[in-house]
Amino acid sequence: MLILEKRHTPLKHRAITTASVALGTALLAGAAVMALYGANPLLAYAAMFKGALGSTFGLTEVVVKAIPLTLTGLAVALCATMLLWNIGCEGQLVMGGIGAAGVVMLFAPVLPSPLLLPAVILCGAACGALWAFVPALLRVWANVSEILTTLLLNYVAIILMEYLYFGPWRDPQGMGFPGTPLFPPAAMLPRLLDTRIHLGLVFAVALAAGLHFLLARSKWGFSVRITGHGPQAAGYAGLNVPRQTLLVMAASGALAGLAGAGEAAAIHYRLQEGFAAGYGYDGIIVACLAALQPRLIPFCALLLGVFIVGGEQLATTMQLPASISRILEGALLFGFLLGENFGRYRIRPARRIKGAA
Amino acid sequence: MMLEDIAFITKIAVKSSAAVFFAALGEIFTQRSGVLNLGVEGMMLVGALAGVAVGSATQNPVLATLGGMAVGGTLALLHAFFAITLRVNQTLSGLALTILGGGLASFLGRAYIGKPALRMTVWNVPYLSDIPVVGDVFFRQTPLVYAAYLLVPAAAWVLFRSRLGLRIRAVGEDAASADAAGVPVAAIRYGCTVFGGCMAGLGGAYLSLAYTPGWKENMTMGQGWIAIAMVIFATWHPVRAYAGALLFGGLAALQFFFQATGVEVVPIHILRMFPYLATILVLIAVMRLDRTRGSGAGPAALGIPFSREG
Repeated sequence: MLILEKRHTPLKHRAITTASVALGTALLAGAAVMALYGANPLLAYAAMFKGALGSTFGLTEVVVKAIPLTLTGLAVALCATMLLWNIGCEGQLVMGGIGAAGVVMLFAPVLPSPLLLPAVILCGAACGALWAFVPALLRVWANVSEILTTLLLNYVAIILMEYLYFGPWRDPQGMGFPGTPLFPPAAMLPRLLDTRIHLGLVFAVALAAGLHFLLARSKWGFSVRITGHGPQAAGYAGLNVPRQTLLVMAASGALAGLAGAGEAAAIHYRLQEGFAAGYGYDGIIVACLAALQPRLIPFCALLLGVFIVGGEQLATTMQLPASISRILEGALLFGFLLGENFGRYRIRPARRIKGAA
Repeated sequence: MMLEDIAFITKIAVKSSAAVFFAALGEIFTQRSGVLNLGVEGMMLVGALAGVAVGSATQNPVLATLGGMAVGGTLALLHAFFAITLRVNQTLSGLALTILGGGLASFLGRAYIGKPALRMTVWNVPYLSDIPVVGDVFFRQTPLVYAAYLLVPAAAWVLFRSRLGLRIRAVGEDAASADAAGVPVAAIRYGCTVFGGCMAGLGGAYLSLAYTPGWKENMTMGQGWIAIAMVIFATWHPVRAYAGALLFGGLAALQFFFQATGVEVVPIHILRMFPYLATILVLIAVMRLDRTRGSGAGPAALGIPFSREG
């Protein structure tokens, strides 16, 4: 048996300990699974990291993935700061894509082109916000767990997107390929030089900085953090917790929706199979690794981006399934929890007390 | 709608309900002991894959089912270690388990995509299957469906009539008092969590061996999450969990009914949303009723780690 003793003096270099335990756990677990699959883990890791970090293409792709990951990470972190769990970023991201594509489908011919892109982005964010607002409303009105509702709505959003691109929004010139028509150039988010890195990078970094400032310095941020420490105390202090819940969840959904609008307007240029790539779920891991601190989120998003791009490269170079990145992510989250535990407790084997049989 | 239509829908409803029921029943025991495990979806996925893998290796449906249960239980053991021994945030540990389980199943399952799989055959219960209509609906199913029938009263008896059930509920309500009364809190919680994992694995194995034989990526389609919602709907009671699972199965059956009859009342995609939307509606109804009745919601110590030092 193991016994946990509370640490009375905080562990030195706690953040570094947590991060190294998390990474170490992830790499060890990944190696074990690859060995089980019959692949050499060292070769596989070499291929992964060379694929992600060893070329300009790999490096830029890491940044490309880090853009939606930063946004969904911020979305999860904002909610979690006040003890709300938004596990529905995937659905909100998809709704952001639907909103973006919807503007193109309905207004592209009539809207003056300089207004089209802003409309695409704003509508994407609004749809994401709406999709998160429903669970917030249910939480406030009927005390329904937002964990379950946000999650169940992910499936609904994905089915809705499939319905649209298989059905009414299907590209008539798509040669039977299920997807919406390509966005017109006026609805495309500008890319950087010759890469797929797009303007969303600026949005993501600015929002991380803005959210850091808001949470750390503003009166509103203070009230969010207070609510996170204890909703009841916040209520006594005269804060309107239900209103705060609605606002924070909607803002969180807007961030995820923005990620979806960015993917639609800058990467895919349409809705199609593979649009829901799991960035919403990854946001949970990004937010945790960053200890819910917005300023750390872009860096954690880059780390996860390395895993994802590495996994994709592994699939092409060694024909191993790209889902190795999912395993690494799950193990990373477990490793993070383990590392945090080290920070809080000293672990030692239990001794039998003398005299006790 | 004719009688035979209703019988057709009910038969598929019974067939569709088993996976969600197994997973929900397991989670009821887990939560009754005070542990929240949100990893059900991940455990179901690995259970489904293990069922296919063991099935194709041994061609034995019993071993395949046990394989699914064992793998689900093993993953639950991981959650138990983190939640009970290390006392980490159970929400996060469960989510980590779902992500890890989904990744494992997807990675290791690649080899089984599109391969012919072991198929659990329908077994007609002697005498009972000859009853008109009812016999066909309830007693011409795969053996795992019968296991579900038997588990409903058995689980209710264990939980509410046995000494073990009393201890489980005591640990989930007030771990400190149970500990003072000499109940081994950690052992009970470990046992219930692992049992929950085995049941989730069984639900997964049911999907891949009996419901739609073979391995498909993400084949659980959120049924693990629906099972967790069913626990709340069932107010942590096995009998009501089966009722909830039947409700879910009925919605799944409607899809088949419309496909089979060729009637398109609503687009098929909208039908596919029904189980998720209905689950949310059911949650709303339960929570609103709870508020007006003022009854408690779930075990008091749910999600709270226990240690003697406090």
